[in-house]
Amino acid sequence: MDMDALVDLSRLQFAFTALMHFLFVPLTLGLSLLLVVMETLYVRTGNVIFKDMTRFWGKLFAINFAMGVVTGLTMEFQFGTNWAYYSHYVGDIFGVPLAIEGLMAFFLESTFIGLFFFGWDRLSRGQHLMVTVLVALGSNLSALWILIANGWMQHPVATFFNPETMRMELTGFWELILNQVAQVKFLHTLSAGYLTGAVFVLGISSWYLLKGRDIEFARRSFVIAASVGAVAAIGAVVLGDESGVYVAEHQPTKMAAIEAEWHTETAPAAFTVAGLIDDERMRTDYAIKIPYALGLIATRSLTGTVTGVHELVEQNAERIRRGLKAYALLPAMRARTATTEERQVFDRYVGDLGYALLLRQYTDDPLQADETVIAKAARSTVPPVAPLFWTFRMMVFIGFFLLALLIYALIAARRGTAWRKRGLLRLALCSIPLPFLAAELGWFVAEFGRQPWAIYEILPTGLATSSLSVADVKASLTAFVLMYLGLFAVELFLMFKYARLGPSALHTGRYHFESLGGRP
Amino acid sequence: MMPDYETLRLIWWGLIALLLIGYAVMDGFDLGVGTLLPFVARTDDERRVLINAIGPTWDGNQVWLILGAGAIFAAWPAVYAAAFSGMYAALLIVLFALFLRPVGFDYRSKIDSPAWRATWDYALFLGGLVPALVIGVAFGNFLQGVPFHFDETLRSHYTGTLLDLLNPFALLAGAVSVAMLCMHGATFLLIKTTGSLQQRAWRAARGAALATIMLFVLAGWWIATGIEGYRIVGSVDPNAASTPFGKEVVREAGAWLANFQIHPWMWLAPALGILGAWAVLLLGRRRPGWSWVASAASVGGIAATAGLAMFPFVLPSSTHPSHSLLMWDATSSQLTLWLMLIAAAVFIPLILFYTSWVFRVLRGKVTVEQIRENDHAAY
Repeated sequence: MDMDALVDLSRLQFAFTALMHFLFVPLTLGLSLLLVVMETLYVRTGNVIFKDMTRFWGKLFAINFAMGVVTGLTMEFQFGTNWAYYSHYVGDIFGVPLAIEGLMAFFLESTFIGLFFFGWDRLSRGQHLMVTVLVALGSNLSALWILIANGWMQHPVATFFNPETMRMELTGFWELILNQVAQVKFLHTLSAGYLTGAVFVLGISSWYLLKGRDIEFARRSFVIAASVGAVAAIGAVVLGDESGVYVAEHQPTKMAAIEAEWHTETAPAAFTVAGLIDDERMRTDYAIKIPYALGLIATRSLTGTVTGVHELVEQNAERIRRGLKAYALLPAMRARTATTEERQVFDRYVGDLGYALLLRQYTDDPLQADETVIAKAARSTVPPVAPLFWTFRMMVFIGFFLLALLIYALIAARRGTAWRKRGLLRLALCSIPLPFLAAELGWFVAEFGRQPWAIYEILPTGLATSSLSVADVKASLTAFVLMYLGLFAVELFLMFKYARLGPSALHTGRYHFESLGGRP
Repeated sequence: MMPDYETLRLIWWGLIALLLIGYAVMDGFDLGVGTLLPFVARTDDERRVLINAIGPTWDGNQVWLILGAGAIFAAWPAVYAAAFSGMYAALLIVLFALFLRPVGFDYRSKIDSPAWRATWDYALFLGGLVPALVIGVAFGNFLQGVPFHFDETLRSHYTGTLLDLLNPFALLAGAVSVAMLCMHGATFLLIKTTGSLQQRAWRAARGAALATIMLFVLAGWWIATGIEGYRIVGSVDPNAASTPFGKEVVREAGAWLANFQIHPWMWLAPALGILGAWAVLLLGRRRPGWSWVASAASVGGIAATAGLAMFPFVLPSSTHPSHSLLMWDATSSQLTLWLMLIAAAVFIPLILFYTSWVFRVLRGKVTVEQIRENDHAAY
């Protein structure tokens, strides 16, 4: 019981700290790109308004960036503090992209960020632009390596189990990096980040336009945001779809849960738009379905099938039984007393060892597990359907909504009619929270959908924690919640204050509140 | 092409030492300046001078810590797991103190209110002092061994409490850490400040350098006479698979001096620790740049002394000495160490190159006049 509470609390703390971090990361990614675009325009045209734009949006970038650093620090330490067995079990592989992230990306971003703010008078225009580009490059590369690490958790490649060291070890570098699941995830996350930055700038610029101040500044910001955002929205939607294809291929349990596909249907399967999902009885009532759609979306063919929950549970029960054969030989393998024959058996079944480890959640000695326990463990291999079904649909809905908004905004801006459309401007302003919400939902779908695994089919989440007391984690979780929410409130306060102030915050003498001779 | 396992393990011990010393030298002065903030600066303008002296570069400097942690994860996963989860409360205290810095630097001067700024000044003070102290205390505990062991699945179990960490020797180690980083911060302020502010920084540097020498010598004397070190009975195979069960270890008085007796060149490290701080006293305000270099040498020497004394131990276990983690038996696989070495060899020189470029661009004094001129852009 204590064990379950520890696992639940550790998961809750990880989810809270990761979701908080992921509030700031997409905006950092998106704004850094927009700053590069704005400053490039400044360097090429010499028009000082682009410099003011770079500096003003850079101020908001800084307020956000500080919280990104705060919440990011936790992520580097939390695997060790709260997921010690995970760290031991897969550090040989997972640590590699994390360390390279520091070497290649985080150093770059953090070293040049100071020069971005303090280098305007010390660098030539070209040099300063280079600094901005390096900050953006650092953020992007950082996302790349983090998603290579995460991609490996979803689809662990280039690894084998070493019984002597009781852990997974790396077999090759390029396979780890070129993991397709990671690459698609990276591009999807990146475009979602660009989209976040674009909607942020678009929404705040719209507000200035609605208020009728700093018009020139706001219009130009609006056009840049709409242009970048429209491309990013297309990217986010297309690559999200691409990501889904890889999920169908590599994570059938996540796929079945997202689509509430209880039984394997004859191809091509229908797509469930909505329905009353009953996880207990494993069925969906009053389902609204579109024929053929799921088969087409998930497998991109008329013949591919999406395996249903019932079938997966059955298959996975068999994998547990196979995994037990490897598990039984583990002591002999570790003591190097296994015979050649035993070694062959072990090698044949070691791929399913993770499934045998699932039983540890229910019994101390998996070898004593009876069929009811195995059935329970097999059932746990498909994560709860209802939360995944709905969060996924919300994310997709927001994605399409933003795509439409940005394309409309871009067309209206090109025609020069956007400035009159107060409805559009209001909608853009109100849409600012949406990409953040979609990013949080996306994180949830990816990570909750991976359950019950920390490393898919290799290490159950229940085994991955540290040997801490429940009281330890309760205390730390409380502290994280208080600290993060407190700092977040301060961050929002400053963000609102400076967004309201607008480019007047730069004190160049060229903007709204300065010509009025005061502050709002 | 790939070097043998033993060589890679030895190189990685050196690399992790380099990264941690890199952190102490590069972010150490930021922590020191934070700690000195309420003592050296008296007015809001003066505090802003101090904050802006390190403001543009502290973030990059902190990455040495992130990288240190990441490298320990990748190269010594067992150490990362056992140390970070074992010292849970202590590590979280460091983490929460470090949270105060990014927001403290960026948010403090964005609002023109004395109460707001005083709050963030206090936050920046804690963000400097607490990590300096607790990291020192942690190393004081590593030298004595910490209570942990492994079960047969190689899961680590820690059996101590937070209060156990606060023993007298560990607190002394914490004091050494605070003193040396204050010295380091103060010498950086000699470079960056002028006039009476520089005068006060010099007084702080002098006091901290003296304290560093005395406390460090005291800790050394304590190690030699009062603290039990750890010794491997027989030998370990430096090419064996990474598992902590393949050796026998005993606790023994004076064991931490054994390396210095076998390899007398190692005395260079503590000598540097003392002579560096001594040189700060001699060079003083006249040669601020060299004072900082001397201070960096002292910080590096002191950190290296602890590492060399413990070699090949990384994390000794006080309750199950034979489960202690060594730089031989707590590493990643040979392939991972090799790949990470290539990555480090490519990127560390690059990092040093662009970091020095950034410092060069930002060179020069920070003055109250500059701050007033750039009221809205400066921190």
